[in-house]
Amino acid sequence: MPNRRFWMMWFGYLGAAGLWYASVKWLPIASFRRLPDPFTVITEWLSPNPKYGISIFTHPYYLHILHSTYRAIAAFLLATLLGVPLGICMGWSRHFHRYANSLLGLLRPVPPLAWVPLAILIFSGTESAVIFVTFLVAFFATTLNTVAGVTSIEPDYFRASACLGASRKDILFDVIIPGAMPNIFTGLQIAMGAAWFSLAAGEMIAAQYGLGFLIMESYNLIQFPTIVIAMATLGIVGFLSSALIRMLGNRLMRWREQSLGFAG
Amino acid sequence: MVSAATELASRASRSKEASAGGYLTIRNVGKTYDADGTCVEALKNCSIDVKAGAFVAIVGPSGCGKSTLLNMIAGFDTVSSGEIYMDGRLVAAPDLPPQPGPDRVVVFQNGALFPWKTVLENVSYGPVRQKVLTRKQAKKRAIDLLRQCGGLDAVAGSYPAQLSSGMQRRVEVVRALINEPKVLLLDEPFRAMDTVSKTTMHQHLLEMYRICRKTIVFITHDLEEAIYLADTVIVMTTRPGTIKHIISVTLQRPRLPKMLFSHDYLELKRQAAESVHAEARKAFDRGEREQA
Repeated sequence: MPNRRFWMMWFGYLGAAGLWYASVKWLPIASFRRLPDPFTVITEWLSPNPKYGISIFTHPYYLHILHSTYRAIAAFLLATLLGVPLGICMGWSRHFHRYANSLLGLLRPVPPLAWVPLAILIFSGTESAVIFVTFLVAFFATTLNTVAGVTSIEPDYFRASACLGASRKDILFDVIIPGAMPNIFTGLQIAMGAAWFSLAAGEMIAAQYGLGFLIMESYNLIQFPTIVIAMATLGIVGFLSSALIRMLGNRLMRWREQSLGFAG
Repeated sequence: MVSAATELASRASRSKEASAGGYLTIRNVGKTYDADGTCVEALKNCSIDVKAGAFVAIVGPSGCGKSTLLNMIAGFDTVSSGEIYMDGRLVAAPDLPPQPGPDRVVVFQNGALFPWKTVLENVSYGPVRQKVLTRKQAKKRAIDLLRQCGGLDAVAGSYPAQLSSGMQRRVEVVRALINEPKVLLLDEPFRAMDTVSKTTMHQHLLEMYRICRKTIVFITHDLEEAIYLADTVIVMTTRPGTIKHIISVTLQRPRLPKMLFSHDYLELKRQAAESVHAEARKAFDRGEREQA
């Protein structure tokens, strides 16, 4: 039996689609008339013979998704592999934090797209360059949240483990990593979201395939429904990837899930 | 039933042997904090002797340095002057790096069970990390000890957050006791509790003390609690913390709640209350001044 929340959710979707339809069809603004309405988009999306060549029945659609997903995952994994250990080191050693933090503080505000030209020069190719700019944003989110995770660990846990005879290595594995885990996973979720943002932007500028490329390409070829299809697809894959990370996090931190369930 | 009783008795005698040591000597200890150029003298010239197996309570107003003293005994913090000896062995001196260890285990004010470990993992943590027991042996020992301490083995598989705060605190005491520490350091462990839970916790703690007979240093600002639990109550002055008064509690053991209304108890309380309140008053007045 679907509950109230379920219906509210669908009410939200349908309301948004209605608003969209109304603004395209009835709003007395000329430029809005050029936009595709929801029915056109859905029909195109689900059509076995799409007018502009992209629907769920066509091969290129999945090729674009695959390219984007591959880049997002590669960038995300790289960010996790480098960002989590770096964040833990920064949280663990005050000296290291001083070195790294000022550098990160300067680099972080640079918009990812500003890196594209340099990245293309460095990696002599667009593919690695797009992955690189995607990696950058994910990396900052992961690192900074990991640092916050380590520094927010209750000092008494360190004292308790020292009392109980833990070595420095034990403290790393018994206190720092599990203690920072909630923040690490918050960071990973943010990183995944941010990765899709900059991925789409990067693909618009420098790529041959991918959903961001598809959006720009369809714009240039005046295939407006396809733009919306690609946008909606980005929304769906972005949501799914974040949900996947959330699920993994809940699995790894059952102690937390249970305690939160108990409290609320 | 009978076998359980004999096991308990044999365990009690065994831990009595194990805790042959446990006398603590604090000699002229002082602590000065030097944060942003302003020197704050937190503790001044404190000397305390704690006999092996004794239960000592340290009472004083908030900010009198009693937690600082405990941190120095535990080896979390350096001493600025003086020495601390454990069974005659120097454990803290101004030029000695702070060294916490399983011979001096702390039970923390806000509780410090690892929330990501179950009760059983928490309790068996110490012996496993010190490599005195294998993981399997430690778990068995943990279950035994939890059972002994009021049937806590029933919650062995739970995570700390699933337990009441009183239960958490009891588990934390067991986590300390499993290491056979020479001294158990309790830092206002029942501070955040309501009166009813506090009374229950007192009985649990007294029972654990009866079983293990470890030296206990108990920090509190609650005078009644201190007199009810301890053999010796040490009253500290407000900052810089010095020792103002040492009261020997003559109440016999086992301590029972009805003693809280006995003539002896009330007399001890009357004697101590005056000096404690005078210090609390001073601390309060200074707090007002510092706020202004």
